[in-house]
Amino acid sequence: MEHIDWSEIGQATLDTLAMLGGSLVLTIVLGLPLGVILFLTGRGQMLENRLANGALSLLVNVLRSVPFVILLIVMIPLTVALVGTSLGVAGAIPPLVVGAAPFFARLVETALREVDKGVIEASFAMGAKRRQVVLNALLPEALPGLVAAGTVTAVALVSYTAMAGVVGAGGLGDLAIRFGYQRFQTDVMVVTVVLMLVLVQALQMIGDAVVRKVSHK
Amino acid sequence: MITFQDASKTYAAGGHAALSDVSLSVAAGEVFGVIGASGAGKSTLIRLINGLETPTGGKVIVDGDDVAALGVEGLRALRRRVGMIFQHFNLLSGKTVAQNVAFPLKLAGRPAAEVKARTAELLDRVGLTAHADKYPAQLSGGQKQRVGIARALATHPKVLLCDEATSALDPETTEQILDLISGLNRELGLTIVLITHEMDVVRRVCDRVAVLEAGRVVETGPVERVFLHPASDTAARFVREADGEAAAAPGVGGRLVRLTFKGEATYKPVLGEVARATGVDYSILGGRIHRLRETPYGQLTLALTGGDVGAAIARFQAAGVRVDDLSSGEGA
Repeated sequence: MEHIDWSEIGQATLDTLAMLGGSLVLTIVLGLPLGVILFLTGRGQMLENRLANGALSLLVNVLRSVPFVILLIVMIPLTVALVGTSLGVAGAIPPLVVGAAPFFARLVETALREVDKGVIEASFAMGAKRRQVVLNALLPEALPGLVAAGTVTAVALVSYTAMAGVVGAGGLGDLAIRFGYQRFQTDVMVVTVVLMLVLVQALQMIGDAVVRKVSHK
Repeated sequence: MITFQDASKTYAAGGHAALSDVSLSVAAGEVFGVIGASGAGKSTLIRLINGLETPTGGKVIVDGDDVAALGVEGLRALRRRVGMIFQHFNLLSGKTVAQNVAFPLKLAGRPAAEVKARTAELLDRVGLTAHADKYPAQLSGGQKQRVGIARALATHPKVLLCDEATSALDPETTEQILDLISGLNRELGLTIVLITHEMDVVRRVCDRVAVLEAGRVVETGPVERVFLHPASDTAARFVREADGEAAAAPGVGGRLVRLTFKGEATYKPVLGEVARATGVDYSILGGRIHRLRETPYGQLTLALTGGDVGAAIARFQAAGVRVDDLSSGEGA
C-alpha cells in the first residue's frame, strides 16, 4: 500500500459523491417529467399525441445510443457554456445528466405502464381532473417502481462518474485512471474499485429498503 | 333518471359497433340489470352513463343532463352524482382503506373535517371501521368491494353503477355484497344499474333487466317476466345457465307441460292433490324452486299421462299455477 495517499482518496470520494448527488437530483428533475410526458402522450393514454411522443422518443433514443465516453467529449463546448468549465465536479455534471436523464425517463415510462389502468379509470369515474389523476393516482401508485428506477439510475451514474475521470472530472474514477492505470499503482486501483463497489452496494440496499417501505402490494 | 336514446358506439371509424341503437330508461330508485355475454357491449353501455365513453350516435341523458354535451366541469359534477364500483375493485394500492374512501372527497376539495367525518360514517356503513388503516392488499375480495362501495358513496351519489361487481367473488361473498347493494337501494333510494353475465345476480337484486346480445338490446322487462317467460333466445339461454332446465326428453309419452308457481302456491302440495283428484300420473322431467328477490317461485316440467289431463290443467290454473303446454307449443 505504498502509493496510497488517504487524504487524496478521501477528497476523490467526496468528489464522486458530489458528482453523483448533483447529477442524480438533476436527472430526476429533468427525467421524471420527461418520462411522464412520454407515458401520457403514448398510444391509448390520456394525452395521446403521436407527433410529440415520436419526437421525444427519438430524442431519448438518440441520447441513449451515444456511448457515454463519446458524449463526455462531444458535450465539452456545451458544458463550458453552461457551467464555465469542462473540468472538475461542476464540469462533469452536465454530461452525466444528459447521459442519465433519457435512461431514467424510459424507466419512469415503464414504471407508469405498470400502473393498473382500472385505478386510473376509477379516478376519472370519481370526478378527478387529469392533473389530479396524474398527481394523486398515477404517480403515487407507481412510487415503488419509480424508486426502483431511481436506484438503477444512481448505480449507472456511479459508473458514469468513473468514466468522467477520462476528461478530468476528478473523483475515484479519475484517481483510478491517473494513478492505478497510468502509473501502474495497483494498490490505488484496488482501493478505488473497492470504494466504488461499497458505494454501489449501499445505493442498492437503500433503494431496496425504500421500495419495501413504499410498496403495499 | 337515466335514458338511452338510440345510443350507439363504434370504436374505430367504420369498425364493428360495440353498441347499436340502444334505447332504455331506468327509473329513479330502481335496480336495473343489464345481462349479456362477454363482448355483448355491457361495459360500453355502463360507461356511457358516467361519460367514461362517449356515444358515436344517439344520446344518453342522466339526471336531466345530456352526458355528451356536458363540459369538463359539468362532467366532473355528474360523476360526483354517479358512483361506480368495479369487478377488480380498482382501489389505490398505496393508500389505506380510509384514504381510499376519502379519495373522491379530497378530489372534490372538501374540507378536512368533513372528509374525516364522512369517511368514518361510510366505513361504519360497510362494516370496515376496524380495517381503516389497512392497505387493500391485506383485505379479502369481499372487503375490497366494500371499500369500493364506500368510496363510490362518498359524494352522496344518486346513482350507483356496478360493473360486474361480484364476478370476482365467491358465491357466499357475492351474496353479502348483493345484500349490501340491495340495502343501499332500499335505505338510500339509490338508483342502481348493474351489468353482469350471471342471471343469478339479476334474479337476486334487480327490478328490471335488459338482455344485451352483440350490442343490441334484445329484450327488456321486469325480472319476473324475463326470468319465467323469456321471449328471446339469449334470455332463455341465460335462464337455463342459471337454473339448469329440463332437457328435451325423447321417448317420454304424454302431454308435456311446464307449471310455473309463484308466491304462496310454490309451497302448496298442488301436484299431489291434482293427481289424486283427476287420476293423472306425472313424471317430473326437470324443475327449480328459487326466489326472485323476496318472491318464491317454482317451475316444473312434467309429462302427464292417463286420467283426465284437461281437468288436471284446469285445476292447476284454478290453484294459481300458470300452465304452458309444451306439446302444442302454446301457452294454455
